Amino acid sequence: MKKLLIASALALSLPLGAVANQIQVQEAYRAAAKQENPGFKDFSATRGQAFYSAKSGDTACATCHGDSPKAHGKHAKTGKDILPLAPSANAQRFSDASKVEKWFKRNCNDVLKRACTSEEKGDFMAYLLSLK
Amino acid sequence: MKTPIVIALVLSLSALAAQAGEHGDKYAGESRGKPLQPAQTNAKWQQECGSCHTAFAPGLLPAASWRKIMAGLDKHFGADASLNAAENQEITAWLVEHASNRWRASAAPLRITDTAWFQRKHDAHEISPAVWKRPAVKSRANCQACHAGADKGDFNEHRIRIPK
Ligand code: HEC
Ligand code: HEC
Ligand code: HEC
Repeated sequence: MKKLLIASALALSLPLGAVANQIQVQEAYRAAAKQENPGFKDFSATRGQAFYSAKSGDTACATCHGDSPKAHGKHAKTGKDILPLAPSANAQRFSDASKVEKWFKRNCNDVLKRACTSEEKGDFMAYLLSLK
Repeated sequence: MKTPIVIALVLSLSALAAQAGEHGDKYAGESRGKPLQPAQTNAKWQQECGSCHTAFAPGLLPAASWRKIMAGLDKHFGADASLNAAENQEITAWLVEHASNRWRASAAPLRITDTAWFQRKHDAHEISPAVWKRPAVKSRANCQACHAGADKGDFNEHRIRIPK
């Protein structure tokens, strides 16, 4: 119990915290995915990868975030540099639940013209977290 | 008889000069502010309005333009840039407070690049049309391509570098 407290206190203050938060964010999507789809089993990095590069019209997530999410991306309309999306290259990614949710909402809307499902979000995260 | 005419002439000439000197009238009232950006900026604005493009300095547009832009963020130049109500209020208030203080026209364009001052400063005499098409520039709104200090509100003429 004491260990757990120390661990969570550390998690809040050290870079280690990013990892703990990523797990929390993904677990929240898992709970929501089960609600949305009773047949849901687990997230899949393979599905996430396909989702990442699938074009809808002429845009994919990869259009701005780059063919490799470990490298810098570039905003398709404005040309602005975008930091890597893979946590192995940019530790802060997927560690702030409200930031993650804000950008899923915006970018799914822009690319797919609809909201993403919790399963899609979790798959997407699973793919990015799997990149070493 | 002669003196009153001369005086009248001198008076009207100086009135004209005063008018031309009044920056607000130089671009039919569509003038950018001075300063363009206060030394202390708002962190939310920097973060939220600087994620897809350079955060555009508040003095580049009048308050009415910022109000319109902030009211339509869900359909923002083809992008969804929506914010929650609290963030929106905080950023709107800051932009409005530091908006152009020399704007006199009633027009409130949504684009900086549509303002009279911008078009004059970036007309074909200053920048050849081919320059705008270069991949490194791509869009007129890509201020950073030529003004390296754009994110700090620095557009000084002496620090402009046009990419090849
Ligand atoms: C038009 C360009 C563009 C496209 C297309 C795009 N994004 Fe993004 N995305 C951005 C920008 C800009 C940011 C915020 C800048 C930053 O955080 O570096 C961002 C941030 C994110 C984040 C926040 C991650 C974090 O924790 O910091 C997620 C999640 C995300 N995008 C998911 C997606 C998904 C899913 C797609 C495809 C459906 C997608 N994006 C397509 C531009 C884009
Ligand atoms: C999700 C991405 C995104 C976010 C977030 C965003 N913008 Fe934009 N903005 C754009 C795009 C795309 C354009 C069009 C760029 C172009 O035409 O080259 C644009 C253009 C603009 C322009 C017009 C530039 C011109 O003169 O052509 C203004 C002003 C502007 N944005 C203000 C803001 C403000 C204020 C915020 C913060 C509340 C903001 N933007 C946040 C994507 C975004
Ligand atoms: C292709 C390069 C280029 C781009 C892109 C560009 N500018 Fe400029 N800008 C210039 C040049 C060149 C001048 C100098 C004009 C002159 O000498 O009068 C200038 C002048 C200015 C000035 C006046 C500076 C002074 O000291 O009088 C301002 C303010 C300015 N630009 C703002 C912007 C903003 C805001 C954007 C983006 C919305 C932008 N510019 C995009 C090239 C560019």
